[in-house]
Amino acid sequence: MMVEAGHLALCLALALSVLLTVFPFVGAVRAQQQPILLARPIALLMFIATAFSFYALSYAFWVNDFSVYYVANNSNSMLPWYYRLTAVWGSHEGSMLFWVLILAGWIAAVAVGARQLPLLLHGRILGVLGLVAVGFNAFVLFMSNPFERTLPFYPVDGRDLNPLLQDFGMIIHPPMLYMGYVGFSICFAFAIAALLGGRFDSNWARWARPWTLAAWLFLTLGIMLGSWWAYNELGWGGWWFWDPVENASFMPWLVGTALLHSLAVTEKRGTFKSWTVLLAIAAFSLSLLGAFLVRSGVLVSVHSFAADPDRGLYLLAFLLVVVGGSLLLYALRMNAVRSQARYQLFSREVLLWSNNIFLLTATLVVFLGTLYPLVHKELGLGSISIGEPFFNQFFYYLTIPFALLLGVGPWVRWKQQQLHPLLAPLSYIAMIAVVIALGYQALAHDFAANLGLLGLLLGAWVAVSAVAETLLRIRQLGGGAAGLWKLPASHWGMTLGHLGFAVLVIGVAMTKTYSVEKDVRMKIGETVQFNQYSFTLSEVYPLKGPNYGGQAAELEVYENGEKVTHLHAEKRFYPVQQTVMTEAAVDAKLSRDLYVALGEELDGPSWALRIYVKPFVRWVWLGGILMALGALMALLDKRYRRKSVSEDPAHA
Amino acid sequence: MNPRRRQRLLAVSAVLLLIGGGVGSMLYALNENVDLFYTPSQLLEGLGKDKVKPVPGQRLRIGGMVVKGSVRRDPTSLKVSFDLVDTGPIVTVHYEGILPDLFREGQGIVAQGTLRDATNIDATEVLAKHDENYMPPEVAEAVKGIKHVDPNAAKPAGTYR
Repeated sequence: MMVEAGHLALCLALALSVLLTVFPFVGAVRAQQQPILLARPIALLMFIATAFSFYALSYAFWVNDFSVYYVANNSNSMLPWYYRLTAVWGSHEGSMLFWVLILAGWIAAVAVGARQLPLLLHGRILGVLGLVAVGFNAFVLFMSNPFERTLPFYPVDGRDLNPLLQDFGMIIHPPMLYMGYVGFSICFAFAIAALLGGRFDSNWARWARPWTLAAWLFLTLGIMLGSWWAYNELGWGGWWFWDPVENASFMPWLVGTALLHSLAVTEKRGTFKSWTVLLAIAAFSLSLLGAFLVRSGVLVSVHSFAADPDRGLYLLAFLLVVVGGSLLLYALRMNAVRSQARYQLFSREVLLWSNNIFLLTATLVVFLGTLYPLVHKELGLGSISIGEPFFNQFFYYLTIPFALLLGVGPWVRWKQQQLHPLLAPLSYIAMIAVVIALGYQALAHDFAANLGLLGLLLGAWVAVSAVAETLLRIRQLGGGAAGLWKLPASHWGMTLGHLGFAVLVIGVAMTKTYSVEKDVRMKIGETVQFNQYSFTLSEVYPLKGPNYGGQAAELEVYENGEKVTHLHAEKRFYPVQQTVMTEAAVDAKLSRDLYVALGEELDGPSWALRIYVKPFVRWVWLGGILMALGALMALLDKRYRRKSVSEDPAHA
Repeated sequence: MNPRRRQRLLAVSAVLLLIGGGVGSMLYALNENVDLFYTPSQLLEGLGKDKVKPVPGQRLRIGGMVVKGSVRRDPTSLKVSFDLVDTGPIVTVHYEGILPDLFREGQGIVAQGTLRDATNIDATEVLAKHDENYMPPEVAEAVKGIKHVDPNAAKPAGTYR
């Protein structure tokens, strides 16, 4: 019964999304308030209906209702309860339901939280979001219904959740990622609504900015968690593979980052308007493209969903309608919008513009590298894959000028800047950065002009510049505690975000340069030596978990003869899915990770082991966390809340 | 042409040139980094209409089903070799390192590496999909002779659809 109720609620959500599309536009055309005012309760009702539908599916998982196909294929009575609940979004159908739940959640948040907007604009935004919701609700209902029954011949037990997904990282990674993807639909709706109304002012940018920040914050966390999960679960010791699915999430992130910076110009200076609109459309289109790539099976990837050409076709059509429709609207409306502000060649506007150029070039690199195999194959030239060197090479060349500009950017004023007053502080910063980078490398490793040194130099340059600029601002605001307090939250956000980028660059460059990776064959009691570390395999024994068996290995690690840590690596075997899984053992420190993955048992008896020493790999994720924190700080800025408090005392 | 228009024309052509140059260099770099995908029969018979065969030393990807009983391990190191098949011809893959968790005899895998001679490949990476019923799409195409294999149809009897 519950399952049918969930199905019904989903149908209701689709009907409500149609109403949400129709009412605000009717109101806008007829210039009536009433239909527009209806949009808000409809949005809330749609959220309730979708949430109930999601609850119904979760309930089916909770009670092990294997008469539902989706539950039977993705759960098992032996599965612990927490994984039974997260299995709800473990595969295509459920994850799409989760997607529409998040979409409905964002829409409800806009309906409630953006009430300071002019009524007409608010109505249009909700109307556009309603249209997006129609597309996704119909997709779930007609193309990937999670409530389909196995009756009358239902199985006794389920096929179990893919063991790869039985991990804490997987519990929170998809929600974060979807919050990000779907969040860009809000920016998209803001852009389309403004195009329809033909009004762009700095108010519009100020309203759109927090939503963009929130979406970007979640996407950043989602990508970071995905990378961390792959590192722990896949047993390859890598944190980024340039896999099509990863690229699919990276493209909206790059464009989203460009959008954040472009929105800053639109808000502060009232210019870059059409550019901002295009970026908002692009960010959402790339999110859709990601969904298409991941769910259609057109690309060969290690971790995509089961392929289904029909679903792919639907998503492709949806993508084309969104891109085509919004570009048409843009062409019709955008020539009316003119940016008045004037600025010199050396000004913050131009530097932010270059930031956008670099980010978009990076997006283009990822886009070509991801889609080229697809084009190549459709042209009948054979299947190909693009090697990692392609991406690495381009990101290497793009990161250097990008980081150099980033060190200058925050110091430059709007409109125009004389070069002369900046020379002194920037040369001090450069000197400090060089001293830090060279000093660290000389102390920790032998001096060598390698990628690691370059990363340290660029990272130190960006970080020192960000900190120095913030200190200067605090001094200008009165210094001491007063200055600290007066500095706007958004400025803290910028500084944290840039520090995060610096940390990320250092992490990537240092792990790439100084990681030692080796596959070895070991017997019990044997020792292998890695630089100053020695690993001794002390024991291997059978493993017994709730729904898995397998083997576990114990290793002792010594550094220059002193015991550092004890590592416990597992190789799990999940009998229901007949799947083997690696649980890597990691000893994490800020300066280095010791990583051991247990391979197969060989004759002897001996074991294959993958042993890595990875300096600075934590910095990669730490950088992501800092960037996300920066977005959170910027989101807390007072100016995004000021107006709503004064105009609408009920909503505080 | 008035000066303002000329300025605009110059700016637009500069931007177009930059974009063209950028995309051009990217496409060039792409072609440098392309690894063609072969199935064992394509490797031996050649690819496409012209039956182009790869040359030894060429980087490529090969996908096929691991022949049952063909996995041979070196007793003292992590060297391993196994045979791949799709519709008939057999190709041997040589690899040193840990095979992926889902590597099993009879299952579909993809290996990245360089061609040693006509039927031997030195692999630098062996990939198995995280799905026990996985068959590389190209292999599925070769084996079944149809474009899209219904993923559910390929599942063994133990599933519920």
